[in-house]
Amino acid sequence: MTAAAQPAAGRGGRIPARTSVMIITGRNLRRLTRVPTLLVFATVQPVLFVLLFTYAFGGAIHVPGTGRYIDFLLPGIVVLAIGFGASQTGVAIADDLSLGMVDRFRSLPIPGIAFLAGRVAADAVRNLFVTGLMVGVGVAIGFRFHAGPAAALAVVALAVATGVAFSWLNLLLGLAVKESESAGLAGLFPVVILFFTSSALVPVATMPGWLQAFARANPVTVITGALRALCLGGPTARPVIQAAAWLAGLLVITIPAAIAAYKRAASA
Amino acid sequence: MADMAVVAQGLGKRFGPVIALDGVDLELPAGTVLGVLGPNGAGKTTMVRILATLIRPDRGRAWVAGFDVSARPDAVRARIGLSGQYAAVDPFLTGLENMVMIGRLYGMSARQARQRAAELTERLDLASSAARLVRTYSGGTRRRLDVAASLLAAPAVLFLDEPTTGLDPQGRLALWRVLGELTASGTSLLLTTQYIEEAERLATTIVIIAHGKVIASGTPAQLRAGAGGDRLDAESPPGQDPRRLAAALAGLGTGEPTVDSAAGRVVVPVAGGAAILPEVAARLAASGLTVSELALRRPTLQEAFLTLTGEPAAGPADPPPASAAAWPASRTRSPK
Repeated sequence: MTAAAQPAAGRGGRIPARTSVMIITGRNLRRLTRVPTLLVFATVQPVLFVLLFTYAFGGAIHVPGTGRYIDFLLPGIVVLAIGFGASQTGVAIADDLSLGMVDRFRSLPIPGIAFLAGRVAADAVRNLFVTGLMVGVGVAIGFRFHAGPAAALAVVALAVATGVAFSWLNLLLGLAVKESESAGLAGLFPVVILFFTSSALVPVATMPGWLQAFARANPVTVITGALRALCLGGPTARPVIQAAAWLAGLLVITIPAAIAAYKRAASA
Repeated sequence: MADMAVVAQGLGKRFGPVIALDGVDLELPAGTVLGVLGPNGAGKTTMVRILATLIRPDRGRAWVAGFDVSARPDAVRARIGLSGQYAAVDPFLTGLENMVMIGRLYGMSARQARQRAAELTERLDLASSAARLVRTYSGGTRRRLDVAASLLAAPAVLFLDEPTTGLDPQGRLALWRVLGELTASGTSLLLTTQYIEEAERLATTIVIIAHGKVIASGTPAQLRAGAGGDRLDAESPPGQDPRRLAAALAGLGTGEPTVDSAAGRVVVPVAGGAAILPEVAARLAASGLTVSELALRRPTLQEAFLTLTGEPAAGPADPPPASAAAWPASRTRSPK
């Protein structure tokens, strides 16, 4: 048991985590441009959300205290688009599991977290693009930032951070359900429920009382509220801290759970 | 044991009520090929997954390239190549992109990885499809790419789990040729297969696994010898019932005759070699039967395998040995 063969690539043990994350991020970004569903989730759908919600609901909904409906609406549908997009991350990892890709990556001399982190990093790039696209389309039809460029940058940062948390959640879901169609549903279902019971489309005050308590605690309300405060101006510290707390809580739970699920993962 | 590529001692693994591995010992001397042969659900894949550090054994220990798979999984991963039961390549990357990605994850520079990928695509007859998305590949091409990917880092130990399952005969032959070259150049290979021909053709040593246990091991010749002596093939001429021939030859050998009615062929396991032939001639003369062909031969590996695993063969084959009959039903891998 003494004569150990030379490591395959002439290096001992693992390659640096950062290198492996970058390589895997590259893989996922390539897929993003080639898998039709992913392309639609990253381009057509966000644009449609902006246009449909603005023109279909914008005429009927007037939110007291805000000017144009799109100023009120955009933060919420950014969260919706990012949430929908994240469901594809669960689909992708379930596919990787059933295709044996997870086995292959787990047999490579790379840290366990690299495969997952490479996926999350690619999602973050996509979400940066999606947020920019939605803001761009929004501006074309009347959306404006009212709190200056620093707040606008904070909007983008918070949107991307939200995407990171959603990505980890969907990685965990995909590894848990192991089957791509179920993973897609498992990712979309909570987003749809939370979106329509949040302040994303209408102010919480217009909801029936029994729903208001739920809507106020709803993370989509909390995150939308922070984004909205950063877009519209006014006090931002409290909503942003609340949103950050939600995201941090989600990450603290989902990251270790997803890594553990990945390490146990079996394709059979 | 310094020159052992793989050593497994008493590996056991259970999935819920199913015992997948029940104390497997095996050794793969460096530079040789070990063929792990067994029916579906025998535990072959579980064993490969343990040796490739994908799952941990419940009991027992294993060393690959000198490192304990449980204690030093990273050291093992840096020295192995794995091609699992599925062709694990990304359908939305090109063949070349898949290979460069995996090469880089083994620690090669982008240039090294591209160079090595070009070498392997040439060798595995993938050069013409390397620039296409894997999605457009046939199953056989995908499988070859998967094997190519497992070879990227020139691993000291290569694990191939049923590498030719799903390939057409041409693809199978092409892969056998590549694997033959590879092992000739000193790579240690552990190969699982359901195909006896594949094990016989590629493996230096074969272990037969059934119900999570090694039930036999040895060179192909040793395994054939273990199947109990020779086989007497007697062919009944057209118009003569082969069952009458079987009846005439009953009790002659070490087991009951097997009748293949369609071919008119009777096979009898016999001991003692050619010394049995005068007795055969005497019985034929006494019964008034004739044979169109009579041959004494070594058992095929197929016959050895069936004898050892107790898997049902066509027709009333040799009864399974006592040890096979004694396997408790709970040990079999039941379908979920």
